[in-house]
Amino acid sequence: MAITTVPGAVRAPGRPAPSSPAGPPRTSLGRKVRDNLTGHTFLIGAVLCFAVFSWYPMVRGVVMSFQRTRRGETTWVGWDNYLRILDDPSFWTAWKNTFYFTALALVLGYAVPFFVAILLNEFRHAQGYLRILVYLPVMLPPASALFLFKFYAYDPSDAGLFNAILKSLGLPTSQWMQSPEMTMPAMVIASTWMNMGGAVLIYLASLQNIPGELYEAAELDGAGVWRRIRHVTIPQTRLILALMAMLQIVATMQLFIEPLILANGAGAEDSATSVAYLIYQHGFFQNDLNGAAALGVIMLVVLAGFSAVYLRLTAKQD
Amino acid sequence: MAQDTGTRTLISQAQLRRGRGRATYWMLLAVVIIGFTLVFLGPLYWMVTGALKSGQEIAQTPPTLIPQDPQWQNYADAWNNLDLAKLLFNTFYYAAGAVLFQLVFDTAAAYSLSKLRPVFGNVILGMMLATLMIPAMVLIVPQYVTVIDLPILHINLLDSPFAIWLPLVANAFNIFLLKRFFDSIPEDLMAAALMDGATPLRTLWSIVLPMSRPILGVVSIFAVTAVWKDFLWPKLVMPSPETRTVSVGIYAFAGGTPMNVVIAASVIAAIPTVIIFLVFQRNIMSGLTTGGLKG
Repeated sequence: MAITTVPGAVRAPGRPAPSSPAGPPRTSLGRKVRDNLTGHTFLIGAVLCFAVFSWYPMVRGVVMSFQRTRRGETTWVGWDNYLRILDDPSFWTAWKNTFYFTALALVLGYAVPFFVAILLNEFRHAQGYLRILVYLPVMLPPASALFLFKFYAYDPSDAGLFNAILKSLGLPTSQWMQSPEMTMPAMVIASTWMNMGGAVLIYLASLQNIPGELYEAAELDGAGVWRRIRHVTIPQTRLILALMAMLQIVATMQLFIEPLILANGAGAEDSATSVAYLIYQHGFFQNDLNGAAALGVIMLVVLAGFSAVYLRLTAKQD
Repeated sequence: MAQDTGTRTLISQAQLRRGRGRATYWMLLAVVIIGFTLVFLGPLYWMVTGALKSGQEIAQTPPTLIPQDPQWQNYADAWNNLDLAKLLFNTFYYAAGAVLFQLVFDTAAAYSLSKLRPVFGNVILGMMLATLMIPAMVLIVPQYVTVIDLPILHINLLDSPFAIWLPLVANAFNIFLLKRFFDSIPEDLMAAALMDGATPLRTLWSIVLPMSRPILGVVSIFAVTAVWKDFLWPKLVMPSPETRTVSVGIYAFAGGTPMNVVIAASVIAAIPTVIIFLVFQRNIMSGLTTGGLKG
């Protein structure tokens, strides 16, 4: 394509009037309307998809949670759906499990990638290989990876991968998903293995932005490795750390496929039931879409609470 | 690798070069390489070889490292019994369509928001970005209800690929990525095209898109992997066996199929994304880290 730029060139006579907002500010009303029309024409496809599959369902979810549909007839029922959901003991179990998973995942799934990134950032060799390794599980379909954990790693007999390793190290073996105590830790391990690659790469990128002089100065002040991590690395990456914490909380609160595949849904003594799984149960098995919508609204409110805390904390730091 | 050796990190270069520092460095590197290989590649090895073992061998204690009598039949069974060809084709089809729809609609939208800037453009962008705050699980029920009876049109999209393609267009992260990239294209270039009498569509096609190949690649790769990895949404909107995706298909068969065959199917299902990753790893990693997540 041949585009010639002549500073201050006037439009050649006879050419069609170009329509773009980048044009001169002195435009007629008709031009303005047409420019806007062009702009909105380009937007229309995406906007329609957002409207139908995102914005409208958001409103609809709230509306549905106050309605009841029976045999094709929809009536307003006030807070009935919420009361019914709150009355269900599995609601509280599900929240307890979900919070437990979120907390465990924060300890394991949040700290581990950060320290892995710090470690990887120090190496001058094999960086590409190590990065590929860490990110590889992220590319597996979660269903595939979870079947691997379910059938091979968490096999409760001594033939299972983890039990075989534990046994060869002389450690006691575990019942894994058969044991209510181990269900959550086992799900966190699987989930961390599958998902940590993304976080590691993002941390690595932000570690590389830390000016070397800061470490230099800290070292001259006699700070050891741990104190350099505490006083240089962590403060320098705190924004990304806070953001990743928030993203991780939002992601782990939606825990679904791990209980579904690893624990066949509820797990031993309901130890795996999550809120997301409960939404699925209500919506698609108990024919209670309205109750599921109410659960969704509750989840949204809880996550909005976390976001508010996050905004508070990050705003204070600046 | 990409990092220049002059960059100072946690441990100083000088310390790493000295006798003890150097020994520790190499030892730690060796431990990490072996450890990471075991942790991240080990389970995959276990998966691929485990699927080759017979039912008896897999239940053996202690487990064997190398299958004694490889049962290639397990992979053949997985392929035939689960009709994996059909499942893989479906998933490819949905992924290809998702790329096409996202590229067309999201690029057009991002271009408009970045360069044409119509009235209310910022409001629309804000409303799009707001959807990033809404967890997918919260919307799953109302989205499903919408898809089985589209507003105004009253069409049921169940088992139609549009039920996967169209909701994926509503991807604020893509639009944000593309818009940021388009923002970095100099206005002068746009003005020049304008002077030459190019229409906005022509400018997009001949100037913006050729310059944006890297970001279009990233968006496409992410679209493919998103479709390949997604589970719950395709499970809900593609209920019949003919339209299932590969993950959902394996899950549906998992109950009544021998364990090793399920694992063999899982291995086959994972191959395409692993290949995509190995081929495009550079683009994927740069896309991840330049994707606006910089502290």
